[in-house]
Amino acid sequence: MTVPTAPAPTASRDDQRVTQARVIRSEWTKLRTLPSSAWSLVVAAVLIVGIGALYAGVRVTRPPQDPAAIASFDPTAISLSGISLAQLAIGVLGALLITGEYATGTIRTSFAAVPARLPVLWGKAIGYALAVLALCVPASFAAFLVGQSILSSGDLDTTLGQPGVARAVLGAALYLAAVGLLGLGLGALLRGTAAAVGALFGLLFAPQILVGFLPSTWSDQLYGYLPAPAGIAVTNVRQDPVALAPWTGFGVFCLYTAILLALAAWRMRHRDT
Amino acid sequence: MIEARGLTKRYGAKLAVDDLSFTVRPGVVTGFLGPNGAGKSTTMRMILGLDAPTRGSVTVNGKPYRQHPAPLREVGALLDARSVHPGRSAHHHLLAIAQTCGIGRSRVDEVIDAVGLREVARRRAGGFSLGMGQRLGIAVALLGDPHTVILDEPVNGLDTEGIRWMRSLLRDLAAEGRTVFVSSHLMSEMALTAEHLIVIGRGRLIADTGMREFIAGAARDDVRVRSTDQDALAALLRPRAAEVSPDRDGALTVSGLTTDQVGRAAAAAGITLLELTARQASLEEAFIDMTSDAVEFRAPTTAPAKG
Repeated sequence: MTVPTAPAPTASRDDQRVTQARVIRSEWTKLRTLPSSAWSLVVAAVLIVGIGALYAGVRVTRPPQDPAAIASFDPTAISLSGISLAQLAIGVLGALLITGEYATGTIRTSFAAVPARLPVLWGKAIGYALAVLALCVPASFAAFLVGQSILSSGDLDTTLGQPGVARAVLGAALYLAAVGLLGLGLGALLRGTAAAVGALFGLLFAPQILVGFLPSTWSDQLYGYLPAPAGIAVTNVRQDPVALAPWTGFGVFCLYTAILLALAAWRMRHRDT
Repeated sequence: MIEARGLTKRYGAKLAVDDLSFTVRPGVVTGFLGPNGAGKSTTMRMILGLDAPTRGSVTVNGKPYRQHPAPLREVGALLDARSVHPGRSAHHHLLAIAQTCGIGRSRVDEVIDAVGLREVARRRAGGFSLGMGQRLGIAVALLGDPHTVILDEPVNGLDTEGIRWMRSLLRDLAAEGRTVFVSSHLMSEMALTAEHLIVIGRGRLIADTGMREFIAGAARDDVRVRSTDQDALAALLRPRAAEVSPDRDGALTVSGLTTDQVGRAAAAAGITLLELTARQASLEEAFIDMTSDAVEFRAPTTAPAKG
């Protein structure tokens, strides 16, 4: 058997430089060629539409009765209620994208090919965020339309033209992409799947419970700044009085995600594999 | 060309690699030998910039690996055959690596053919045997048509045909002027492929020498002799030889004398020789001889002898 030494015609010998664009392409290939990842994303999209439709159907049979309930009734949020489950699938998959490489040893192959390392993290972040958006923007609009058509049978529906509605529907997809990056950041920082998934669930759920133990004057002040309530604010049309403004809240959530990714990048750059 | 200078790696209290300096030259297969835990894999990871040295440095073609803009063009490496996600196909695994530096699909197909994985390239790598995983790892190493090839235990899990293939592959790569650096614990295999040896034990350099010199330098050159009167022969040789000891089958092993000297001495004393053989140490014996002080995990010597 002979060893082919001629390089492929598409890349000349001198043009085998590693660039960020090439690494993004490589990470995109990794994402789309793992059947389990593709299925997780499809499941997330199905959850967004399915749970929204289910909950809309429930609310039609149990419409708001008293004036307070009517005032706070948010038909957009009802049709988007699937994101609370989809965020788990997307966040866990984000973590797995990198912890899976540490678990299988593929990370060494990745870092041998890209010795600067950080392009791998950014490539995963960009590829995954785009994949989540490509899937969740349509899913979110589909969930909204399906949900509203169900709610319309009880005259409870709203339209995209109402103030804040289009922002909330788009915001749901943006929030999910940010949760995906949060999972990726935790996975890169902690390296182990169990630790990363535990930390992800902890970050999304535990702070609200802990703040509940504080006196209400403090908890009301703090609540809006907690990761999940801050991020989810962008998906609500009727704002919770203790929540931050939609884009402010999303900005705070993105800040948390950015801090985690920065810590992960620092650790990835400086630690042995 | 790989150049290590004072390379040192400490993990907590343990010195995994200790002030290691060596040069791996292009054009020959250089074997990297050492007992388990000697620091071979750690050294290879440091060459690839995966682990940072505690002290010292190592360069590939004049630069630390991390500073090469086209790393796969410089070094192709096989570190662990299992470094592939079990859910991904061999083809996609290679494609993702190729894309990091703009290597095209046709080259991916080329290396798949070169390692003989065409039939299974589209199947999940999780179902691969150890030998197939090893071939996939070799395909990864060849992908960038690199100047330097670093392979950690490449014949692990290969069948006889695979081992023969690996042997000729390594020789071909070296003949093309590449730097070929291969670790193995299979001494006999190394003796057949490597021309130069770097031997380490407990992270320290034990030898950096040609294969022939290494074997010749081992203290185990001796003579095996059988005669009609072994006791008389032993008594005759003992004052002259460095050591005379009986073998299990009744023959004598004599060190410090040549076959000529033993033959003449026996003839002068009127002892009839039945067998007289010069024995050169195998690489394995030479290796055990050189590293016996440096073996980290040794089995207890009181283990029952096999019948």
